[in-house]
Amino acid sequence: MPTETPTVPVSSPEESPTTGTDSPHVLDVHDVTVAYHRRPVLWDIDVTIDQPALVGIVGPNGAGKSTLIKAILGLVRLASGSVSFFGQPYSSARSRIGYVPQRGSVDWDFPVSVLDVVLMGVFGKLGWFRRPKAADREWAMECLRQVGLADMHTRQIGQLSGGQQQRVFLARALAQRASLYFMDEPMAGVDAATERVIFEQLGQLRQQNKTVIVVHHDLRTVPHYFEEVILLNMRLVAYGRTEEVFTPENLRKTYGGQLGILTDVATSMASKGIRP
Amino acid sequence: MITYNTLIVLLGTSLLGANCGLVGSFALLRRRALIGDTLAHATLPGLCLAFLLLGYRSLPAMLVGAFVTGVMGIVTVALLRHWTRIKEDACLGIVLSVFFGWGIVLIKLIQNETTSGSKAGLDSYIFGKTAGMIAQDVMIIGGVSLFCLLVVMLLFKEFKLVAFDASFARAQGWPAVLLDLALMGLVALTVVIGLPAVGVVLIAALLIMPGAAARFWTERLESMLLVSAFVGFVVGLVGTSISARVDNAPAGPVLVLVGSSIFMLSMFFAPRRGLVARLVADRRSRLRLENRRFLEVLFDLMEPALPERQPIALADVLDHRGWSSRDLGRLVDRAEKHGWVDRVDREKLRATEKGLRKGARYALSHRLWLTFLDEHPDQIAAYANLSSTDPAELLPADLMESVRGKLLASGRWPSADLLETSEELSR
Amino acid sequence: MSLTTSDFLAAWWTIAVGTLSNASCAILGCYLLLRRMSLLGDAISHAILPGIAIAFLLTGKIASFPIFLGAMGIGVLTAFLTQLIHRGGVTEDASLGVVFTSLFAIGVIMVSAIHSVDLDPGCVLYGLIDAVPLTTQPFLGFEVPPAVGTMGSVLIVVLLFVNIFWKELKLVSFDPDLATSMGISATLVHYLLMAMVAGVTVTSFEAVGAILVVAMLIVPAATAHLLTDRLWSMMLVAVGVGFLSSLFGYIGALLLDTSVAGMMSVVAGLLFLLAVFFSPRYGVVSKVWHNLALTLRISGEDIIATIYRAEERAGGKTSGAGIGLGESLRAAGGGIVGWLAVAGFWWQGLLDCRGSLLILTPDGRRRARSLVRSHRLWELFLEENVELPLDHLHDPAERVEHFIDRHLQEELNDVLESPRKDPHGRPIPPLDSMDEA
Repeated sequence: MPTETPTVPVSSPEESPTTGTDSPHVLDVHDVTVAYHRRPVLWDIDVTIDQPALVGIVGPNGAGKSTLIKAILGLVRLASGSVSFFGQPYSSARSRIGYVPQRGSVDWDFPVSVLDVVLMGVFGKLGWFRRPKAADREWAMECLRQVGLADMHTRQIGQLSGGQQQRVFLARALAQRASLYFMDEPMAGVDAATERVIFEQLGQLRQQNKTVIVVHHDLRTVPHYFEEVILLNMRLVAYGRTEEVFTPENLRKTYGGQLGILTDVATSMASKGIRP
Repeated sequence: MITYNTLIVLLGTSLLGANCGLVGSFALLRRRALIGDTLAHATLPGLCLAFLLLGYRSLPAMLVGAFVTGVMGIVTVALLRHWTRIKEDACLGIVLSVFFGWGIVLIKLIQNETTSGSKAGLDSYIFGKTAGMIAQDVMIIGGVSLFCLLVVMLLFKEFKLVAFDASFARAQGWPAVLLDLALMGLVALTVVIGLPAVGVVLIAALLIMPGAAARFWTERLESMLLVSAFVGFVVGLVGTSISARVDNAPAGPVLVLVGSSIFMLSMFFAPRRGLVARLVADRRSRLRLENRRFLEVLFDLMEPALPERQPIALADVLDHRGWSSRDLGRLVDRAEKHGWVDRVDREKLRATEKGLRKGARYALSHRLWLTFLDEHPDQIAAYANLSSTDPAELLPADLMESVRGKLLASGRWPSADLLETSEELSR
Repeated sequence: MSLTTSDFLAAWWTIAVGTLSNASCAILGCYLLLRRMSLLGDAISHAILPGIAIAFLLTGKIASFPIFLGAMGIGVLTAFLTQLIHRGGVTEDASLGVVFTSLFAIGVIMVSAIHSVDLDPGCVLYGLIDAVPLTTQPFLGFEVPPAVGTMGSVLIVVLLFVNIFWKELKLVSFDPDLATSMGISATLVHYLLMAMVAGVTVTSFEAVGAILVVAMLIVPAATAHLLTDRLWSMMLVAVGVGFLSSLFGYIGALLLDTSVAGMMSVVAGLLFLLAVFFSPRYGVVSKVWHNLALTLRISGEDIIATIYRAEERAGGKTSGAGIGLGESLRAAGGGIVGWLAVAGFWWQGLLDCRGSLLILTPDGRRRARSLVRSHRLWELFLEENVELPLDHLHDPAERVEHFIDRHLQEELNDVLESPRKDPHGRPIPPLDSMDEA
């Protein structure tokens, strides 16, 4: 698979490498609580990522992994707490943030080509009314090349396999030229080639001093892929360097700990309603 | 003979159709196909209120009234969905029927108060009446269509993004809700200008059908919009011509029937996405798969005696697979035609050199897949269509190499003199 | 306006027909609503128009038994065609839109071609409910309009249908896959229901017309859905709403001199709106009220907990320490909510005034102690299990303390093995002290 390409993606001129900035932290999640239909699903999450890293979010089903990403990106409302990126609120830091949603979230029958979807990644930088230019197209092709799908760029997206669709999403995120990426289960149900491409791209992004936060389901590959992990189970069980935090003790807490009481409190809050 | 009046009407309805096609496509892709229906029914009270307030029939005022209550209807749907436990479909139905009932109440009131002359004017908004269209109407339709076209051209990128992946759009900072509202605003404008021609009850069809038909012909949004606008244009043209010629045929229903005919034709006969094309393609791929399995089985049976090509009994093939003897007969006939097998007698057949090589290749690819999945059972979900593709196309080279090694070691690699073609396959 | 006996009879029969057809529609509408198929009902009510036109050509009447059967066929056909086009690669709502507008268009053209007084485009929209009392037949010694008989028998059929297939319909509406796995064909039940909807629609059609019958199908059921949580009570309420909209629809139409059918759906819409705002459980007003009450409770509890802590600092309950009004308003988050909370808790006998200070009554002290106990237990739990730093413990506990009841307190207490001090070293108050008085 032609994932290794001679040209390394060049940062756009207006974007300086992230290391030079004087911003205090890459990401600061402060006391975030999220409730769905009054029932809390995330409790007081407190995470500070102070330098670029590959970070995995790990936890059992229903632990709120996807919700955490959505809450950070402002896609679900916070019941309390705050989030800042490079010391700025989301609205100011938006152009430096990339997002790879779960594959199920869109209509794959939509009449757009693969290249069209990747081009959507540059829409944010283009702003209102302006159309993508030839240079943007070239850049989108370059991103497609990075994930090894350049020869499929005219296909309608529904005609791709699941793994290839996931790679298109990855290419779209690359096209955003962000410094901080969020990926929601990019490796769930994908083929071996795709998993490898994603892993390689993670490495490339890391080399360019970018931070990637990935919701991940496969415990076996965590130490292999990620420098840091967030262990999540409605609450934050632990966050830190993988070799320090990814311990049997912490995993027991994450997957089989005292979930009981937290669930009880959540139910009690739901039945009484929490503060609006 | 085309008179000035006919020309005006044709121009008006075809422009209207084209605009419906353009705007409706977005509503369709946003899964909001039926919101146009609710919106249209909700315009009826507005039409009547404008009439009641002014006391006479003024097209611009009535269209403004229609727009206002139409948008009110849409907002009510949104609020109900947000505030209550009632689901979207019921909200649409509630607003549609209650607003329409309100409109009917008002129409009766107007009929009581005024002479029968102006009463006919309001009735025509329900099923549409193209005959009375004048230059002013066409100007309004043309103006609104131009406006919609401009907005769509200006906001094309934004509309596309929101329609395809709203959560990504929001994460990128686009005001998805506002863009949605803008789109609904265009739908509302289109519905309102369509009322005099097509009527309240059926205008929604004109929004849905061209887009739904166009989707069968193309895979790109840009071309879909073009095709859809063209279909709408044709619907307007043809529908109006028919309704002008036939007595007692209200314009709205005729336009809708022309639209649904084009839709049906597209659904059945469009290349690639049409039903017929898909049935043919399905059949072809089923045949290919059957042939493939047949040659695979043949190879498996012949393998022990290779390099000699021994005749194989049909009964043995039947044992191997769940084919009925009639199916098998057809398979053998086809294989004979392709020059893959020769019949020895009624009971036996022998593979040709060509058939053997093909069988070897298919068997190899099948065995490669099985070996791969033995090693990586977790990957099974990712490769849905195993039997029809060769593993070398999908698997990374090093994985392929290890699988190949495993298969060679187990001695299940097809014998050497057949491999010149198979070698290519595994590279 | 003076009412004569014949006026009264006309009113009686019109309302009766309205109520009967409303009842049939409302009962079936409940299933449509719960199965999220309201728009299929809408579609069917449009799609039966060509059937009605054909039948009218053949028999010269709108409602008759053959038409009832024919409409059932068309109902099934609509559902089937929609499914077919959906399989052809069109989204479900779009295929619904294509099917019913096409069938309706065919119907309108046929009706226009027929050109009769009894069946014209106007009747398709408004129905003929005003004409119901005009023709009557003798029945058991009374002069009864035939429409009453038709609607009555249809209602009986609907009741029988629902009664016979009660558990099948319920199961299929709730969980079609489970139903299929238990040997109840979800498809069959679905098509049966669609057939019934079409049959009911076609008979109600005479009264209210094609579009307003949608209001009778959906609006009462939706209103009931906001008011109750059981299927049978939902049906009862829906029928009641149908009756009220017939009654007040007729009266309204009489007063304004306008369309009865139109007025019925407007009244139904108003009743629905009432439910949207004032439903005890799901109404907008009650939700706002509920949230306000909760906010007041939390604010009041924050105030008494603050006083309790002040007592603690001053040396215990006997100190009779209190806090100023300003401080208590700050503890409650300030503003009018604070004032209301203070007033409310004083009214409940939890707070008292001494001079310019707010102090706790014995009841208030008991409540405050329980709160502080919950707070400190939760801090300890967080510290031991979540490894939050010390200065991050207070805020979460401040939020959660209001939701930890006696039972949860005990559970926490057991898990933490009856602790005496919280992470900051402050005492965790015991469950109940006997020395209160």
